[in-house]
Amino acid sequence: MATPTRPRSSATPLPPLPLPRTPGTPKAPKKKKRVNESIRTWRLTDRIGYVLMWAAGLTLCAIGIGILAFMAFKGVQYLRPDLIFSHPTVEPDQSKSGGFLDPLLGTILITLIGILIATPIAIAAATWIVEFGRPTWLARLIDSGIEIIAGTPDIVIALFGLVLFQQGIFGWMSFTAAGGAVFGRSFLTAGAMMSLIALPMVFAATREGLQAIPAHVREASYALGKTKAATIRRVLLPSVKANISTGAALGMGRIAGDTAIIVVLLGASLRLDPEGSIPFLRVLQGTGATLTSYVYNNSPAGEGNAPQKAYAAAFVLLLIVLGLNFAVDLIARSGKKSGLETSRLGAR
Amino acid sequence: MIDPHESTTDRSDLHVSQNGDALPPPIRRIALDRQPTVALPPSQDSVALANGDRSLAAAARPTRGIAGPERMSISGLSVFYGDNEAVKNVSLPIRQGEVLALIGPSGCGKTTLLRTLNRLTELTASARREGLITLDGADIDSLEVTEHRRRVSMVFQQPNPFPMSVFDNVAYALREQGSKRPKKSALEPYVIDALQRAGLYDEVADNLDHPALRLSGGQQQRLCIARALAARPEVLLMDEPCSALDPKSTNVIEELITELRTDLAIVIVTHNLQQAYRVGDHVAFMYLGDLVEYGPTDQVFDNPSADRTRDYIGGAFG
Amino acid sequence: MLDRLKEPWTDRRAGLLLGALACFVLLVIVFMIVFVALRAWPSFAHNGLSWFSSKGNVDQQLDKMVNSGANPGSADYQLGAWPLIYATLLTTGLAAFVGLFFSLFSAIFIVEFAPNGVRRVIVPIVRLLAAIPSVIYGLIGILVLAPFVGNSLVSQERKGSVQYVIPLSGTGLMVAVAVLTVMITPIMIAITVDGLHSIPKPWKEGALALGVNRWRAMWTVTVRAARPAIIAGAVLATARALGEAIMISMVAGSKGFSPNPLDGLTFLFEPLRTLAATVVEDSESVNAPAMQASLYAMALVLLAGAFFLSLGSWFAKQPLKKYGTRS
Repeated sequence: MATPTRPRSSATPLPPLPLPRTPGTPKAPKKKKRVNESIRTWRLTDRIGYVLMWAAGLTLCAIGIGILAFMAFKGVQYLRPDLIFSHPTVEPDQSKSGGFLDPLLGTILITLIGILIATPIAIAAATWIVEFGRPTWLARLIDSGIEIIAGTPDIVIALFGLVLFQQGIFGWMSFTAAGGAVFGRSFLTAGAMMSLIALPMVFAATREGLQAIPAHVREASYALGKTKAATIRRVLLPSVKANISTGAALGMGRIAGDTAIIVVLLGASLRLDPEGSIPFLRVLQGTGATLTSYVYNNSPAGEGNAPQKAYAAAFVLLLIVLGLNFAVDLIARSGKKSGLETSRLGAR
Repeated sequence: MIDPHESTTDRSDLHVSQNGDALPPPIRRIALDRQPTVALPPSQDSVALANGDRSLAAAARPTRGIAGPERMSISGLSVFYGDNEAVKNVSLPIRQGEVLALIGPSGCGKTTLLRTLNRLTELTASARREGLITLDGADIDSLEVTEHRRRVSMVFQQPNPFPMSVFDNVAYALREQGSKRPKKSALEPYVIDALQRAGLYDEVADNLDHPALRLSGGQQQRLCIARALAARPEVLLMDEPCSALDPKSTNVIEELITELRTDLAIVIVTHNLQQAYRVGDHVAFMYLGDLVEYGPTDQVFDNPSADRTRDYIGGAFG
Repeated sequence: MLDRLKEPWTDRRAGLLLGALACFVLLVIVFMIVFVALRAWPSFAHNGLSWFSSKGNVDQQLDKMVNSGANPGSADYQLGAWPLIYATLLTTGLAAFVGLFFSLFSAIFIVEFAPNGVRRVIVPIVRLLAAIPSVIYGLIGILVLAPFVGNSLVSQERKGSVQYVIPLSGTGLMVAVAVLTVMITPIMIAITVDGLHSIPKPWKEGALALGVNRWRAMWTVTVRAARPAIIAGAVLATARALGEAIMISMVAGSKGFSPNPLDGLTFLFEPLRTLAATVVEDSESVNAPAMQASLYAMALVLLAGAFFLSLGSWFAKQPLKKYGTRS
């Protein structure tokens, strides 16, 4: 680095800068009106930008409030308690075709299966990357891998699930015909693919939480003689419970709202159609419907033409998804009280 | 009795007496035949400094500035953050050709006062201002705030160059202020001039597109000074500009200030009393929002009229 | 045996177990690419590069595949998927373009200029909009927007002029792009707002202290420094738009038609169908081998598209690193 030299004043005088200078007034009038930033003096592009910005912000508000208010209005208009609690039947007459109990159960089932599969894998991957992470190329590869999964369209995941679970080894997961052809569509298969949807969210939340734990917490645990495994199990993971829950809630929201995988991987039955003979597993091995596929099928895009039922089911679905997101806020807030840094997700 | 010429220490670790009780640990014997380390008597210079003789500091800065026309004047300024009065009824002149040093302990309101001078306190929602500040005779409230800030520039404590090239940093003020965007070739002489005045030109002349964030701390601060000078302000405000820098850069920037004061009015807030003595021509001592004393530097430092000033300068608190 | 489980596991074992589970993720991706490619291969084998071109009416080709049965001949595999690819590019591109500006200006509004009351309303709204499932967006599109467009914006005469080619019933390009834009904007806003917030305050203060107005300071310093975050948000949102199947299949008209910009205003109302929507709609007939190969081929193309998107974003971020930015 060159040694700093003595500053020199300008040798030749430069012409004055062509910038506006207003004289102002010597003393402001009694009622002081502060001349702040009046947009009149801005450049034209600035003014256009300012107006566009306000337009964008207000439009966004209007659209958001409009959508939510509309769905609430239609939902309250068409939702009746008997719809939630009665089974759907296939009837040309809409008044007799029942409600959406089975799809509702289907949504709950699929969400639980998906998140139960995703969470352990996501926690394991995040913990490995943060706490072990050697060799580094592998850690980066896994990181990119999860990003790739996050960016993959859900129908590609659905098609992948179809080809994967139609292989013979996975015959136990769904209906297998006598000739060996595996159907490939069931709650288990759809749930397994849904776990891929939720995986990146739980992974990201857990990783952020673990990275936010200051080094001295780990060092204190090692100094007491605990192994790394014990530290992870007893110290680190319990302290990121809030982060994991946040990620899981976000993942569940995404699973509950996904339709493409359901359409491809859950079969087309309106009701829960168990398959096989083992008492609980038969429901999982069978096909069914979820609220999302129910809404899709009842809209003009599907076979059914019952927009009222579609609105009602959509409203229930919206309540579930928004409820999960609200739970994220609650968890994040209560996690803050516990003292350790929690994830930013949902906290803004 | 300890034998002073014995030069061993007792090494036995088992302090057990004959009947098995634990004995207190033995006294380690001090080896006395080593040469003792003797503290040297204080030199003349350090004695003089300790007694408040500022001859060394005075030798580091040969002349005081000659005050020119008054550029800004503060009358009866009070600044409130909510209910808290951070600056209480302060009146000061700010003249071209001299450096005004604001000194005082932390929290005394000097930074608030400085930031009020270029209306940066308005960024805080709870801030409120009373009193009059004029710039060249005009009430600053009657001016457009962006224009006011062009004429009263500020250099911050932490160097904050933008994540752009050196050229773009210095040219930023020039590009964004006018109504038309000037061409790069038109801006070049002004940028080079500003960099020369800031004493940075020789170090960056070979590549003006060098990323500003890759400069050293002292260079970044000089870049910020160049950036502030580019639009030819009338007043330069400096908020502890050297506190984050090494002594060499501090020295360069103090020389720079001495050079710049002929064209500008400079107000500098500093924690460092020696720096205030070296650099300042007039000194304003603030304490808890009040302006306790204002006067020429030599007078305030050698003959303060307020007791509190005397205590602060003597180091009784701060 | 329970005792053995209770003994403290050595770190090596724990590391291996966790690492194995982590590598499982990589296995999934590899399998996904391999299996999808394997099933897609017949379609590419029979078509070659002409798979990407236009061979006439795509819907007819797909119908032929459904009816081709269990042993299709080479002619049954014929597919010129260009109308579908073009529809995908059109909808995704338009939605990303409009969405980028919409979300950038909204994000600036949220971060800097919104009054406190408005900000308290708009931030939860953005979060809620991001959480709404795509089938609900599709429902609103098809039950509210499409009838509005079909009845109020498209005149009878316009419908009559093309009635032998396509129906202009309201579901089409305009509704699809509108709903898609609203769908992807909240994601972009969230990421952009995070990016803008992470710009250190000294930069913004320094710009203001130099006498530039708030808008200019925000635009030339903060937004410029947050470009990597903006790009990241745009890429994420575009990837979502690319793979959006259900909503498009509900509102875009479900016809393998290529909207022609030269048609003037009618261009906005013409129906279309993207690759993803085609896969979802024809997924019931996935057992027919010819159809299966075609659908998997489309899925592979989508996968490749998503991959190229993230590659492109990496390239776009490289020149920004020179002067130092918040990434």
